[in-house]
Amino acid sequence: MSIRLDNIGKHFGATRALEPVNLNIHEGELVGLLGPSGSGKTTLLRIIAGLENPDRTGTRTPARILFGQRDVTHVHVRDRRIGFVFQHYALFRHMSVFDNVAFGLTVMPRRSRPSRGEIRARVFRLLEMVKLEHLAHRYPAQLSGGQQQRVSLARALAVEPDVLLLDEPFGALDAKVRQELRRWLRHLHEELNFTSVFVTHDQEEALELSDRVVVMSDGRIEQIDTPETLYRTPKNRFVFEFLGDVNHLEGQVHNGVLTCGDARLAVDLPDGTEELLLRPHEVRLAEQPSADCHLPVTVTSVSPIGAEVRVELEADWLAKPWLATVRHADFERLNLHRGERLFAHTRQWHRFADETAPAQTAPRAA
Amino acid sequence: MQRIGDAPGIRRLLISAAVILTAIFLLLPLVAIFSQALSKGVGIFWTNVSDAYTLHAIFLTLGVAVLTIPICLVFGVALAWLVTRFAFPGRRLLQTMIDIPFAVSPVVAGLIYLLLYGRNGWVGGWLDTHDIQLMFAWPGILMVTVFVTCPFIARELIPLMQAQGSREEEAAVTLGAGGFTTFRRITLPNIRWALLYGVILTNARAVGEFGAVSVVSGAIRGKTNTLPLNVQQLYQDYNTVGAFSSAALLALIALFTLAAKAGLEWHASRREAIA
Repeated sequence: MSIRLDNIGKHFGATRALEPVNLNIHEGELVGLLGPSGSGKTTLLRIIAGLENPDRTGTRTPARILFGQRDVTHVHVRDRRIGFVFQHYALFRHMSVFDNVAFGLTVMPRRSRPSRGEIRARVFRLLEMVKLEHLAHRYPAQLSGGQQQRVSLARALAVEPDVLLLDEPFGALDAKVRQELRRWLRHLHEELNFTSVFVTHDQEEALELSDRVVVMSDGRIEQIDTPETLYRTPKNRFVFEFLGDVNHLEGQVHNGVLTCGDARLAVDLPDGTEELLLRPHEVRLAEQPSADCHLPVTVTSVSPIGAEVRVELEADWLAKPWLATVRHADFERLNLHRGERLFAHTRQWHRFADETAPAQTAPRAA
Repeated sequence: MQRIGDAPGIRRLLISAAVILTAIFLLLPLVAIFSQALSKGVGIFWTNVSDAYTLHAIFLTLGVAVLTIPICLVFGVALAWLVTRFAFPGRRLLQTMIDIPFAVSPVVAGLIYLLLYGRNGWVGGWLDTHDIQLMFAWPGILMVTVFVTCPFIARELIPLMQAQGSREEEAAVTLGAGGFTTFRRITLPNIRWALLYGVILTNARAVGEFGAVSVVSGAIRGKTNTLPLNVQQLYQDYNTVGAFSSAALLALIALFTLAAKAGLEWHASRREAIA
């Protein structure tokens, strides 16, 4: 079932939570709403669900929500045929796992309600799918966070919704469980092929899980793209900064050289104040400066966990410390340790003329 | 290692202070009530209790309590629901106003009702022309009892419902449940212990209320005399044993209520231990 939003905005009292936005989600797509807290992503999700009403707009461009061909703008939540997974699961604490999952089936009108045996069979099929059939008689408080999350997913899927909506589904779980559940949700999505929208503030999660990501800030949609496009060609500075760690270099450009304290970098830019942005992997460390690049830094912390070594750098000319990622081989070769003085080199940098302008990228031979 | 505030001397001092004070102020009077009531023997106690006026007082007191509880139940649940599930201007004011019956002396409450609904009162005059008598009759007693007891259930529910939030109800609605189904299957089970606790408190207060009732009832024997009023009347008639017999009945009801409350608390803590 595709989802189409036209002119959906929301005010809470005098505060604007969401500027009127338009959004098209294709059938079978898995879309992530990504943004910092207060960016309006949860509000948008709750409006799709029908848990909040969009603002009324003028008659010319009315607020509209379409599920496929069905206009659900004025359809009550209970009739929208959605599955909603809440941030903290919102399991019914006085009911067993079985009763939680069965709830949606037992409240169906008598005419369409499946028989007792059928409900039982369906619930166990779902519990099998989330690998919890052995815990059917436990209560939510007796389950771990990851298990509770799976129950809430099974509960939402029991009513065979047209769209599945998830509000920060993995927010409260530890890193390992989160990783596992993400992979599992991705599989489930491919298997059952429902349309789903999920909210997250975790860039990694959004990029890993989604077919397309909607980046939001301050009640606006900043960019809608596939994870790859989003990362490679961010539309503006906000998107660039939000999608990963960023190092800043601000200084005066004069005759093709950017200067900031005792740091110098040759750039092909007109004279004036400039701010350059670099990803951690675009910083290279060496023992010597080069003719084009003189960026003296001191290593303040080294974290060798993961595929790459993360190194924090400080210098007098830096307002905020830089973060650089170094390959383990280079890490050993340079014999990096805290307090060491080195020179940073830039593989590439990005520049945004203003908040809304697209990126300008300049690769440099390091 | 000793924990802060757990010195043996202090512990012994505090425990003995608590025990002695409880004995002097709570236990001793209770024992006195029963010993006074039974001072002339069980036979006399029984005669006093089965006196026609006393029987009527028992009947009236319990009757008023039985009517008060459902009224307070509906009022309390509706109010708690309103205050915790909806945002509207004046919500905080309303939450403060719930406490008026606690803040105002019951005698004052009784007087206000008398002024409003008495024969010469604002509403009472109109009622009188329609031949409806509220004051100095059982409806008046019921009205002030409801006034005095109405905060108990709402007070119990509001913090609980605030802490629980409305997520579970939202979840139920997204799964297709209607309003009444959601209330019956989600909200009610989550608040039932607090609700029962509120009912017990309401009952205790409804049975024991003296001040407000004494103003509006007129204390007509065999008509509008409740058990607490009966105690006072008998005592003023120098019928000490009779007064204490009625008092013993009240104390028995109170003890029974307390036992019910303790049982509930025990049950709730056991449930928590399991969960």
